[in-house]
Amino acid sequence: MYAIFRKELADHLSSRRFLILFSLVLLSAVFAIYIAIQTIRGAVSPTSEFIFLKVFTTSGETLPSFLFFLSLFIPIVAIALGFDAINNERSTGNLSRLVSQPIYRDSVINAKFLAGLAVLGIMIVGVVAIVAGLGIRIVGVPPNGEEVVRLLAFVFISIVYAGFWLALAVLFSVLFRRTATSMLASLAVWIVFFFFVAVIAGAIADIAAPIDAGATFEQFTRNASIHGNLSRISPATLYGEATTGLLSPEVGTLNPAQFVMSSYAGRMANPLPLQDSLLLVWPQMVTIIALSAVCFAASYIRFMREEIRSF
Amino acid sequence: MGQLVVETTELTKRYNGFTAVNSLNLKIEEGEMFGFLGANGAGKTTTLLMLLGLTEPTSGTVRVCGMDPTRDARDVKRQVGYLPERVGFYEDLTARQNLQFTANLNHMRRTEAEEKIDAVLGTVGLARVKDQNVGTFSKGMKQRLGIADILVKEPRLAFLDEPTTGIDPNGIDDILKLISGMGKRGITVIFCSHILPQVQRLCSRVGIMSKGNLVADGAIDRLGREVVAAGKFRIEAELEGVGPDVIAAVRGVKGVHEVDAIESTLIIAAESDLRGQISRAIIESGALLLGMKVEEYDLETIFKRYSSEA
Repeated sequence: MYAIFRKELADHLSSRRFLILFSLVLLSAVFAIYIAIQTIRGAVSPTSEFIFLKVFTTSGETLPSFLFFLSLFIPIVAIALGFDAINNERSTGNLSRLVSQPIYRDSVINAKFLAGLAVLGIMIVGVVAIVAGLGIRIVGVPPNGEEVVRLLAFVFISIVYAGFWLALAVLFSVLFRRTATSMLASLAVWIVFFFFVAVIAGAIADIAAPIDAGATFEQFTRNASIHGNLSRISPATLYGEATTGLLSPEVGTLNPAQFVMSSYAGRMANPLPLQDSLLLVWPQMVTIIALSAVCFAASYIRFMREEIRSF
Repeated sequence: MGQLVVETTELTKRYNGFTAVNSLNLKIEEGEMFGFLGANGAGKTTTLLMLLGLTEPTSGTVRVCGMDPTRDARDVKRQVGYLPERVGFYEDLTARQNLQFTANLNHMRRTEAEEKIDAVLGTVGLARVKDQNVGTFSKGMKQRLGIADILVKEPRLAFLDEPTTGIDPNGIDDILKLISGMGKRGITVIFCSHILPQVQRLCSRVGIMSKGNLVADGAIDRLGREVVAAGKFRIEAELEGVGPDVIAAVRGVKGVHEVDAIESTLIIAAESDLRGQISRAIIESGALLLGMKVEEYDLETIFKRYSSEA
């Protein structure tokens, strides 16, 4: 398996596809950080804690935050690395040759998945490290111990999230013979999860629990609760919630109804301690890990049962 | 009798009710050059896939080098080299890097692998282009690289699935020479093809598949006699002037079954090769014998006959 892993890793790292996307991610990270620092400088309140983490979450007037960029680019890069993992080998006639070598068949798909994940890990760690470095250099505030732990947890959940999209792309590359089809299918799922789920969830919530001019507090919370829970079908929502919980300690709850309640009351919660933040995002983390596992297992089973012909 | 390297009993593969291979009983001895013939879709590739453990038989058993390819897939694949019909390589790697990858997958040590790779690239005539990307190779070169890919792992058995498809005549010649070289190295070869002269040139024994059934299995000349002349030898004798007394004289030879005259040629069906006795009978009857030959059976006749039968 190691031989395939090493070859795949080398292929990815030297591929134009990866270089282009990595430059794009890097560029957007640097822009986001620049805007964030401008905004933070303009509105620094001396009492605010966790200034360092704000570098990651602050958005400007025109550009969104680094966090947004990362949640946008992780699926794209993961899909780009995985969508042709198996079907490209098949259409070039390499797969027959590969599986007739004395290796276990699953090492082909395992090695491909792990190589993709390794590349994504390198990218995420690299970009976060660059942003953190720039943040320390420009803001001049070093992170404290808690911020470092939160950041590490954030990197971990980002890699798991990348793993989900990679597993999905690999699954489509096993299911579809043509690389164009598998790419479009992956992108379609991404678009649905990223853009449409929240909109559709909102529409359903408005039908189920309409908010009119004289809406009561209960109606507001009910609407928010339906909206929030339906949106959680999408791993993009889960990732957004998990990262918000980790990087914005002042967010006291991810429960949509309670969230509405606290802003309704005009109450700003004190920052949560690290342990509580971790507990808060625990369900989101577990769900993302489970979704990745399901996707990978499906492609694994399908690939193992398949007959491999050279045409 | 050599050791059996391939043995199948009642091997059957069905796809959703369609029988691709039906009760196949096949035995191949170590060192044989076996020609596996059949029209497209006759079940040759499916058989190979089952021999390699790449697809599971519906019923029946397979033994390759004494092992079950479904259960001991890795051990079987260590001893078998497979050249698929549409072989492909990593186009942005060089010929040498591609073979290096195969060597890695076979757990060969680096130094040993490098020597071997240089040697086999020399054998297949690609030594000059070994550091060029495979993307620049012609179809014939890729096919030769495919043979190098098999030779690198030093297999006991080689399965070649239509290795000459889409290649120009010179390229075909090179490939056939390489395959015959494999046989000389002691590798047992199963050569799948529907191009009969190629099989005839290389293989002593053939099996003919038709619609999933093995309709014939044996040496080419024996199959020919069985099929075309119902087990008899056909001898043609060219004479100067055919008369009834000549025909009678030939009929009188022991072992001759039938004699027909077409213009000045006698067509004789005999039990065995009786050319000596027949020529004496003709000359003793006073006729002049110009020439005589035993009909050779070409694979095409055999193949067509069997394919239409099934």
